[in-house]
Amino acid sequence: MRLALATLRRLLRLGLILLCVAGVSFGLMMASPVDPVNAYLGPLVAQVSPEQRELIASRWGFDAPAPVQFGRWLQQLASGNLGMSHVYDQPVGDVIGQRFMRSLALLGSAWLLSLLLGFALGVLAGAKEHSPLDKIISAYAYVTASTPTFWLALLGVLLFSVYLGWTPVCCAGPVGVSDQAIHLATRLHHLVLPVITLTLLGTASITLHTRARMVALMRSDIATHAFAQGASRADIAWRHGVRHASLPALTLALASLGELFGGSVLIEQVFAYPGLGQATVEAGLRSDVPLLLGITLFTALFVIAGNTLADTLYHVIDPRMRRPRKPAAMSS
Amino acid sequence: MKTTQPRLRALVCSSLLALLLLALLYAQWWLGDLPTRMQFEARLAPPGLDHWLGTDALGRELWARTLAGLALSFQVGFLAALLGSAIALGLALLATFSSRLDALISMLIDTLLSVPHLVLLLLIAFALGGGLQAVVIAVAITHWPGLARVLRAELLQLRAAPYIGISRALGKSRGFILLHHFLPHALPHCLVGALLLFPHAILHEAALTFLGVGLSPSQPAIGLLLADAMRYLSGGYWWLGVFPGLGLLLMVLSIERIASSARRAL
Repeated sequence: MRLALATLRRLLRLGLILLCVAGVSFGLMMASPVDPVNAYLGPLVAQVSPEQRELIASRWGFDAPAPVQFGRWLQQLASGNLGMSHVYDQPVGDVIGQRFMRSLALLGSAWLLSLLLGFALGVLAGAKEHSPLDKIISAYAYVTASTPTFWLALLGVLLFSVYLGWTPVCCAGPVGVSDQAIHLATRLHHLVLPVITLTLLGTASITLHTRARMVALMRSDIATHAFAQGASRADIAWRHGVRHASLPALTLALASLGELFGGSVLIEQVFAYPGLGQATVEAGLRSDVPLLLGITLFTALFVIAGNTLADTLYHVIDPRMRRPRKPAAMSS
Repeated sequence: MKTTQPRLRALVCSSLLALLLLALLYAQWWLGDLPTRMQFEARLAPPGLDHWLGTDALGRELWARTLAGLALSFQVGFLAALLGSAIALGLALLATFSSRLDALISMLIDTLLSVPHLVLLLLIAFALGGGLQAVVIAVAITHWPGLARVLRAELLQLRAAPYIGISRALGKSRGFILLHHFLPHALPHCLVGALLLFPHAILHEAALTFLGVGLSPSQPAIGLLLADAMRYLSGGYWWLGVFPGLGLLLMVLSIERIASSARRAL
């Protein structure tokens, strides 16, 4: 009963945050100096008289005051209509759906690989502080954390696509071939390099976090006690360390879905991969307001879902979290 | 020895940073028009003695363009980190005033944190219509919530401290407590937070310019240099892509190390 109530309260808060995201992003769109009629017309703008412009403005409701427009937009949103994207000439919902499915392959595999790789590296590094292996892994993590995402992708294209010719230079499949006709192997071949770049960048934070956890454990009484009983370092790392550090790594990975999406925006741009990230850039640069708003809401939902999942997992998996909490000084 | 070493390291690192700052701030003076001067007899020249890092498609020296780009990134990142941490400090201090205000500010923080950084950056840059100013403001607005959350937690914890209660019981005004207790406590955290924001701000500035938001294409920004290099990749002009990114990586990495040693010294 208490759990249900807590879940309900959390869901309500999530809804409120989503509403705030909608409000803030709508406000930003309203503040933009880009004229919506011009953005809608595109190159046709030269062929339209002032009277026709007014007609378009009243047809699309641009002449109404901002709060009224926001209300109408929310109403449409509630009935599932996100509007039309003028860049892709399709309903926004369809654009997001199609593109997200393509990005999902990239995002999902990079997420999983970076979690596994980052965790493994973190455990190896933290098992023995200041060992040569620890120094190498830490240095690697610090460097990748400071590397511009798109630069790494660019270097990958340069080395593997231009010089070695192992991977294709761009896109999700061969140019001029329709989506259905692309073979699975070809698709995977086009995915390899983007996934590797995104994975490498995602590992840094998980590695450093896991390493810190492992180092703390190795200095704790638990480890001292185990050492006294004659356990080897590998033994302790495996039996205590991995359990101790796996949950935080998983939560961190779930909580950094936003970063992952940001990385995919840049990587899709470098590889000209037609996913949701590329659509975001297109929408921003070519002032496709409905699409930009739709993507903002969608990605916010994505991030919020990740955070909530991380929170819930903690409560489900870690029994210590289920004890009644002390009233924290913060929440006064 | 053990306690002085991180402080010493932070000191050495920050003086190095100051030196770097001076060199980059005055880059415009000592580079002159070199980053934009065209040499038609040396288009796409590979790196060598005449052209240290090679030249681009218009025969412009890549080393000068890279330095100018780094200077711009540094300035934008600095301004954005400064602005972002000022917003964070201001709102965190405001949050101590009343619980209603605190709830409002927490909501704003949660809202901004739930949109991926790059999407928010694109939204704000779009709302401001591009330009250098838009990039600075966009980066600042996307980065303050993380720091504000830390500062707010810090200040709310402080508010429960006995000496604040005593100060209040002695009849000190809210403004006095804010100015003499909260602000001095929050300031070092805020400074370190600003330093930690700095590398992120630079990376995001480069990402934004790479995507083509903001700056005019004639300005040598690292992101624009790399976006330009993308077009010449298949021709094998590797230096165009490698050097600007390497410069950016080294700058971000050194600032990041300085920031972490400052945090450890705190």
